[in-house]
Amino acid sequence: MAKLKGSIVFDIEKCKGCGVCVTACPTEVIAMASEVNSKGYNYAEAVNMDACTGCTNCAVVCPDGVITVYRVKI
Amino acid sequence: MEKELRLMKGNEAIAEAAIRAGTDAYFGYPITPQSEVLEYLTAEKPHERTGMVVLQAESEVAAINMVYGGAGCGKKVMTSSSSPGVSLKQEGISYIAGAELPCLIVNVVRGGPGLGTIQPAQSDYFQATKGGGHGDYRLIVLAPSSVQEMADFVELAFDLAFKYRNPAMILSDGAIGQMMEKVWLKPQKERKKELPAWATTGKTPDRERNIITSLDLDSYKQEQFNIKLQEKYREIQEKEVRFETFQCDDAEYLLVAYGTSARVSQKAIQLAREEGIKAGLLRPITLFPFPSTEISEMANRIKGILSVEMSAGQMVEDVRLSVNGRVPVEHFGRMGGIIPTPEEVVENLKTKIIGE
Amino acid sequence: MADNISVKDIIKPENLVHKRSSVMTDNIMHYCPGCGHGTTHQILAEVIEEMGIQQETIGITPVGCSVLMYNYLDIDMQEAAHGRAPALATAIKRLLPEKYVFTYQGDGDLAAIGTAETIHSCNRGENILIIFINNGIYGMTGGQMAPTTLEGMKSSTTPYGRDVKLMGNPLKITDIVATLPGTYYVTRQSVHKPGNVRKTKKAIRKAFEYQKHNKGTCFIEVVSNCPSGWKMTPVESNKWMEENMFPFYPLGDFKVPEE
Repeated sequence: MAKLKGSIVFDIEKCKGCGVCVTACPTEVIAMASEVNSKGYNYAEAVNMDACTGCTNCAVVCPDGVITVYRVKI
Repeated sequence: MEKELRLMKGNEAIAEAAIRAGTDAYFGYPITPQSEVLEYLTAEKPHERTGMVVLQAESEVAAINMVYGGAGCGKKVMTSSSSPGVSLKQEGISYIAGAELPCLIVNVVRGGPGLGTIQPAQSDYFQATKGGGHGDYRLIVLAPSSVQEMADFVELAFDLAFKYRNPAMILSDGAIGQMMEKVWLKPQKERKKELPAWATTGKTPDRERNIITSLDLDSYKQEQFNIKLQEKYREIQEKEVRFETFQCDDAEYLLVAYGTSARVSQKAIQLAREEGIKAGLLRPITLFPFPSTEISEMANRIKGILSVEMSAGQMVEDVRLSVNGRVPVEHFGRMGGIIPTPEEVVENLKTKIIGE
Repeated sequence: MADNISVKDIIKPENLVHKRSSVMTDNIMHYCPGCGHGTTHQILAEVIEEMGIQQETIGITPVGCSVLMYNYLDIDMQEAAHGRAPALATAIKRLLPEKYVFTYQGDGDLAAIGTAETIHSCNRGENILIIFINNGIYGMTGGQMAPTTLEGMKSSTTPYGRDVKLMGNPLKITDIVATLPGTYYVTRQSVHKPGNVRKTKKAIRKAFEYQKHNKGTCFIEVVSNCPSGWKMTPVESNKWMEENMFPFYPLGDFKVPEE
């Protein structure tokens, strides 16, 4: 059976650390980093990329257009 | 449409001249004594004649903001109203000046303050020439004294407005708006097809997006913008002063009056001269820019000035600033919708200036 | 095929499924973290991009948090006086009828100071799209009561909660607008969850399609959050919105054209 595998890229300098993407992700890929970007925000990062299906939910709800999503069928 | 001689009300002349000047849109709201402008335009179906948009807005506030929107697209857009309605438009006018948009606002002035009266007055001079709304800005203000000038100044106002990217106002009054005179109407001009480069007409790939705004949160930039505005007003002051003189060559006394008061004052000069008083008249056509230099020069060779206005004395302040104390400057005016008689003007010239 | 495809192999242009719209500029938006304005801007930009109407679209920004929206969308825009955006839109659309014209307004702008312009442009059936962001508060000026502030809801001018006996009731302006014959499509949506964002985007797309056919005014309310004004984290604010805003402002269509 075909499976979807995704990968997400964050523009961390634009991220404001709101965390909305974390709650939107159905496979718990994203968490907030302990480091901060140059604006002082704890930015979002992928901590479990293996689980990403490329569903785009995180990118769709991101208010700042920080996330780019790629997806392949395997 | 060819050049044509018609008998018209001042308000109708403005409306017909607007169509013939190739105006793109008129947005208005009824108020006495200028409702004929909107009535004439709706009856004339200018949309069929030239494609001109005419819309009765829900308020004067909406009308002036429609003007903002249309002017932001680079179109020739106008509105008209009378004093209480023009007060309502002041916020929009300030934004239009701040966004540097060309447009035409007509004020057919009635007596105030408040609801005042529907009779003619000239008590909106301060509002028209000193800004009116908030912030440091000026309008180009033209003051017609005949139905012919009501018609002619529409095109002139648009030309100046576009030349300087600044709102222009025709400051008329209820008498000139309502009176009927013969008027030569110009031939129909085509509506212009090319729109200015700054207009919001849809961003094309060959240019950056156009933004029409009066906002800049950066104080330094906002100050620079204000300096630029002031330079523009200085240029207008240098280049665009318009006025007319009557019998000033040998005059010992000068009347300064615009609009309806200038018509009365012209007769007053005749009466004064019949009594042996050498009086002349200077009629400012532009109230901003004000003919200060010309009045100042005249103050070198006359004995006194009477500023005649249908107000408590507004333009007289600019006359005094021009003269700077060299000769006596006094005000005579009637208020509340009363037009002074020529006899009253002569009487006041004698008592206030000549000292009889 | 092998299950252990590497991240490097996935991140390739041919596998791209979502990126920031090209109609968005590169400027970092000034909105607070988690604010629905940014989300709404982006789906609007995406619709403009997908319909290929960047050259044909003119937007009008309000006074309020989204006053600087023209810094973020790469289209021609005008900034209106407080509440007057529909008046500008009326003139722009009538003078350039072939363009797509939208206003983007908050609750204070649209439902308080601009009520007359809102009602009358909708009543005339101006062929424009009005996007109405309702977060029940004046964000830009520091969290004061809005016409849509809920009963009992705290704001900086209702510090003990909105007392409707004193301050009047929250205004359901979308319900009013839907009764006007000039409106063609009226809906209330949100952008706090992926499914809702997608639905709102579809609504914007539909509205522009209707505008192409001169159907009348389209009105989209987006019930949104204000984490700073509500004094909550973004995630908390979205939950609070579901629990408190949605019961009073239920999501759904008010007026849908019969196809």
